[in-house]
Amino acid sequence: MLFHFGEGVRLEKLPLGSRIVYPPDPLEPIAHPERAIKRALGKPLEDDPLKSLLRRGMKLTIAFDDLSLPLPPMAAPDVRQLVMEEVIDMAAEAGVEDIHLIAALGLHRRMTADEVRHIVGDRIFTTFWPDRLYQHDGEDPDANVYIGKTAQGEEVTLHKRAAESDLVVYVNLTLVPMDGGHKSMATGLATYRGIRAHHNVKTLLGSRSYMNPPDSALHHSCIRQGQLIEDTVRVFHIETTVNNHAFPAIANFMQKRETDWTAQDQAMFLGMKQFTDLAPPAFKRNVFHAMRAPYGLTAVNAGQVDAVHDKTLEAVRKQISVSVEGQTDIVTLGVPYLGPYNVNAPMNPVLVVCMGIGYLFNFYRHKPVLRKGGVLILTHPCRYEFDAVQHPSYIDYYDEVLADTTDLVEIERKYEKRFAQDPWFVQLYRKSHAYHGAHPFYAHYWAAHGIDHAGDIIIVGGEREVVHRLGFKAATTLEDAFEMAEQTVGRHPSVTHLRMPPIMLCDVE
Amino acid sequence: MLHFGEVPEPELPASGWMRVLPTLSGICGSDLAAIGGHASLYLDPLTSYPFVPGHEVVGMLDDGTRVVVEPALGCKVRGIDPLCPRCAEGRPGLCYNVTEGPIEVGLQTGYCADTGGGWGEVLVAHPSQVHRVPESLSDDAAVLIEPFACCVHAALRGGATKDDVVVVLGAGTIGLLTVAAVKLFTPPKKLIAVAKHPTQRDLARKLGADQVIAPDDVFQRVRFATAARRLDGMDRSLLLGGADITFECVGRASSLSEAVRFTRGGGTVVAVGMPGDEKVDWAAIWQRELTVTGAYAYGSEPKRKGRSTFELALEAAPEVHLEKLTGPLFSLGDYREAIAYAMSAGRLGAVKVAFDLRGLRA
Repeated sequence: MLFHFGEGVRLEKLPLGSRIVYPPDPLEPIAHPERAIKRALGKPLEDDPLKSLLRRGMKLTIAFDDLSLPLPPMAAPDVRQLVMEEVIDMAAEAGVEDIHLIAALGLHRRMTADEVRHIVGDRIFTTFWPDRLYQHDGEDPDANVYIGKTAQGEEVTLHKRAAESDLVVYVNLTLVPMDGGHKSMATGLATYRGIRAHHNVKTLLGSRSYMNPPDSALHHSCIRQGQLIEDTVRVFHIETTVNNHAFPAIANFMQKRETDWTAQDQAMFLGMKQFTDLAPPAFKRNVFHAMRAPYGLTAVNAGQVDAVHDKTLEAVRKQISVSVEGQTDIVTLGVPYLGPYNVNAPMNPVLVVCMGIGYLFNFYRHKPVLRKGGVLILTHPCRYEFDAVQHPSYIDYYDEVLADTTDLVEIERKYEKRFAQDPWFVQLYRKSHAYHGAHPFYAHYWAAHGIDHAGDIIIVGGEREVVHRLGFKAATTLEDAFEMAEQTVGRHPSVTHLRMPPIMLCDVE
Repeated sequence: MLHFGEVPEPELPASGWMRVLPTLSGICGSDLAAIGGHASLYLDPLTSYPFVPGHEVVGMLDDGTRVVVEPALGCKVRGIDPLCPRCAEGRPGLCYNVTEGPIEVGLQTGYCADTGGGWGEVLVAHPSQVHRVPESLSDDAAVLIEPFACCVHAALRGGATKDDVVVVLGAGTIGLLTVAAVKLFTPPKKLIAVAKHPTQRDLARKLGADQVIAPDDVFQRVRFATAARRLDGMDRSLLLGGADITFECVGRASSLSEAVRFTRGGGTVVAVGMPGDEKVDWAAIWQRELTVTGAYAYGSEPKRKGRSTFELALEAAPEVHLEKLTGPLFSLGDYREAIAYAMSAGRLGAVKVAFDLRGLRA
């Protein structure tokens, strides 16, 4: 059985009777994306056609999702590029001159110019960068405004240009059900003040799971904030979805069940295994991060945010939903090399937690695949390895905070504000390419529900000291991990292996 | 050149002087530098040859009184009256008259041809140099009173306040005792010790460091502790902001060069470890308007109402449990092994390697 293992893969034997859950095959993409985009903009959901909203002399802002999705990055042209080109063409026809494009990166790192160019394409980049195409800065006091509080007391902030625009067109790419909807504006164009309203331990413990918005306190909070934003500024939402075609031809075997591997797939697997076993991590990383996924557009919807997002979620679920019967005592997961927050960087230990126990564990509806108190087994090398440019606050989080405690409530109370306000982290977020000082906290909170739910968490193949620092158990082999799990789940546990990525959403009955 | 052999017993240079029979005598970093030829030539004219090394001494007077020796050879010891201005201030380590009086040139016992030293059976001392050791203090603890007094003096010169972030660079004897002294005499907001070896890390924590970090992490950790900004240049980092006070207890150029780059502008770097002829980039000292100050020896402490540093050290010693830092002990005859051990003390998990001279009197 194939297990992702950071910048490598492992073949593991699972106990007899184990259940393997595979992601669905990629859906057939829309044959003519440009036509679908034109159609969506011309016949929006519960809103007027975009063309009718555009007029000479208006202030138009186009906000778009950053490089944290899709993963791996999409082979050019990125679908956001196609949408934005269409919007800009329409605006130009209507005589709109005051157009700004803002990468809605929230508290994520600033992208490099090349990364922005990859998302928006050459034409837009050349025309607008850097004066009218730029990145949100949640720490610029002059570029953000406080809008008010929701009925639940959640503070709401917004990028000033967006708040002062006659129309904001949000261009989204939804890869997983967590993305999109009101969350796009409520986090992407917000400041720490607004984001902390829902990026906190309590909200994330109450999100079961945050991959299913109806059951997610995180999303309920974003919706409340989003409604306040819509009272402030006119928003036209455009959401796109892509299929599950996450790997290029060279790694096509990862798309398939092992039993379906052809001789060529087997050869490719062996070649990759040999390469990943022998090559140094940095070299492997460069190779993997250069991969572009041949995603195909599966849906594009435009109009009023709730109406659009309902359709988007429908399209996402159509691609990634898998029916799973009942929970199991043990769930195994291979953690891959890439998550939303380490594009072009190593996946540091905190991000391993975020990816494995945050994202991958939470890909469920109704109830987790793992029973309450069961054992979650992850495979990842879990090295003490950080990117000093992208993740400076993560280094201090690991060295200072996790050395003190792994209790998320205590961590939040004792340390979050200090990191968020650390002037150096603020500066690196604003001027370099660093995640915000609060970001490692959020990455860890993302795993709050998984940590609370699992009786034990074991990381196979991880550096022992690092795994222990994270508060988990370390095992050398999967066999050892199963033996360790016996103490929690008994001698003959039921086992499910979730073979991700490509991603899937387990509808657990 | 170090030579092991018989030498005549030192004569009492003047009336009132007394014989001290060393019980334990420590091997100091400065001794190792002298033996290894790394000591600064600056010290050469301040030394008379041949001399018997050893200035960290606990011993007995002829009447059986247990004493530690305060080795500075200032005006008072040399019988010079009036005292030079520095000795008058209570700073015999800075004495102008170390070439005068009835004994040969020398800053300290252990570097003077006429006094003998702790690595011998007998040394001679002026009454002002000997301090009675309380019965409750073991020899193993008392042998560290001299370096501890140096560190108490350094801590008081640093003058940390409760609002300061203090870094102690190095965790050999001087580094560890500086940690203890700072914690006891000038407790700061945060005391960070930089230690290389596991035993050193453990001891630094026990002696009062709030945080113990590895040398490679010093910029990262100090930056965080002080919410400074870190800039990475061509081959070195620097902090904008940083530690308020740094005690440099290694005495190497690399360590001093780092200290001046992570100590905040207007801050203080106290050189406690004995430096040699070191090359340091002075640009940081200049641009950051740092106060770089030495902390040598002891005397009387103006910040403690002029009390003797040795007395302060003796009083504080029980709280520090100095005896835990002493060992292994070697006989004089095993001096080669002892010195080799001392040169690798940190790596071998030791702090203060010392000679045990009790066997010589049996």
